[in-house]
Amino acid sequence: MNETSLLDWIITGGIILIKIVIIILPLMLSVAYLTYAERKIIGYMQVRIGPNRVGPRGWLQPIADALKLMMKEIIIPEKSNHYLFVIAPTLVIAPALAAWAVIPFSDGLVLADVDASLLYILALTSIGVYGILIAGWASNSKYAFLSTMRSAAQIVSYEIAMGFALVGVLMAAGSLNLGDIVRAQQGGILHWYWLPLLPLFVIYFISGVAETNRAPFDVAEGESEIVAGFHVEYSGMAFAVFFLAEYANMILVATLAALMFMGGWLSPFEGIPLLEPAFAWVPGLVWLLLKAAFFLLLYLWFRATFPRYRYDQIMRLGWKVFIPLTIVWLVVEGAAVVGGLGPWFD
Amino acid sequence: MTFEKLVFYILAAILVFAATRVITVRNPVHAALHLVLAFFTCAGLWLLLEAEFLAITLVLVYVGAVMVLFLFVVMMLDINLDPLREGFVRNLPVGLTVAVLMFIEMALVLRSKYFSAEAMPAPTPHAADYSNTRELGAVLYTDYVYAFEIASVILVVAIIAAIVLALRKRPGSKRQDPAEQVKVRAADRLRVIKMEAEPKD
Repeated sequence: MNETSLLDWIITGGIILIKIVIIILPLMLSVAYLTYAERKIIGYMQVRIGPNRVGPRGWLQPIADALKLMMKEIIIPEKSNHYLFVIAPTLVIAPALAAWAVIPFSDGLVLADVDASLLYILALTSIGVYGILIAGWASNSKYAFLSTMRSAAQIVSYEIAMGFALVGVLMAAGSLNLGDIVRAQQGGILHWYWLPLLPLFVIYFISGVAETNRAPFDVAEGESEIVAGFHVEYSGMAFAVFFLAEYANMILVATLAALMFMGGWLSPFEGIPLLEPAFAWVPGLVWLLLKAAFFLLLYLWFRATFPRYRYDQIMRLGWKVFIPLTIVWLVVEGAAVVGGLGPWFD
Repeated sequence: MTFEKLVFYILAAILVFAATRVITVRNPVHAALHLVLAFFTCAGLWLLLEAEFLAITLVLVYVGAVMVLFLFVVMMLDINLDPLREGFVRNLPVGLTVAVLMFIEMALVLRSKYFSAEAMPAPTPHAADYSNTRELGAVLYTDYVYAFEIASVILVVAIIAAIVLALRKRPGSKRQDPAEQVKVRAADRLRVIKMEAEPKD
């Protein structure tokens, strides 16, 4: 080991670390303000005002919440498996953050331009379930364990539909690289994959809602029957980490939907005579954020609109409706690719 | 020592530790979790070999699906830990024999001329734009297409067989048919009876 190479590692590592901080800090801030947005938007949908006490118009509410959670005591149940109990929140948040490494925020603006980034995302989102499994088991509580069983079965089931939907995307783009997938959608709003892959798009987003355990698929924390789900025994910051991971995953699913089906950082006015030059100054990042924000709004809208699914209906929807639908659409898409159906597959 | 070597030794140490813990810990859930760790570090080693597709697939399939189901079952089982601790001495001769045999086999293979350091020169790293996924796909769908398709047919047969074996209709199970549920009308379940008001005494 010579001196220069060691210095090189430190410099390279330092630069990567700074990039990670540049991605994670805004992400954490978005998580905080997503909770605020959720309470406000659902409040307005239900003709309430929502949080409006802390700071101007309640803008400091998430900060106050975070402070409160940090000050609280973390209680570790006597009969729990202490080691696993503590490690579970880490296992939930780590994949939720690590997945952001391959997300392209604009053309070329990506931390790790991995060739198989779509596969990487799929693998990481499938690891997230371990935190939930371990949290429920290590708590040594009936409610937590029941919820764990529910959510593990649900996540594994919907992952299959989600995986098939992603297969459709990679068939269309001919690449597993998220940047290439966006570049393949170039050419205006009708060239984006939401149109040729409409069923897969809908299935992907609904599976994403189910994967993140959000309403109407939030049986994992059905508070009316199993109090609060796998994290009943968690308090303070340990609980907050689960919360952070859930919202970070929501933002991830929304961003992925924007990247894979809504043209990512591409302008929606591409190819429209007057509007395209008029909006040419808008950076790609803004379009991506706007699209992701739209999907996040859908998340909140679902929560305010739909009642919770019954558990057997969730399983039925995942296995008997979504998976056959995706397989059928993959066949249709295969025919379209072979036939060179324009403007997407030529 | 290069950076790759350092990463390799760290991952290898974790892998050996995790694999040992899989068979030495008492608690089956802990054993399963150590197996997960072993798979994960193994994927890291494969990444060092520039096999990123296989590495990620290992995480996706084994860590993300197989081990979740495994853990799912192990967590639900109410295993009495005591019988697991018995019979160590009784089974020791058999275990030792198998271990020695495996050791000899591995030694024979690894000491042969095909696996010596001369026969295995360090592979040249590929260029940054080399796509492992694309190469694998190209080979899988051209040279090995029959083997690949036969494997997929076998898997489909296994899936169907598993479903057929597990699907049984028990009497008294509260199975719900959504079609029946949708078809239900109030008139089928509810009878509105017109009754004269009872005279007041």
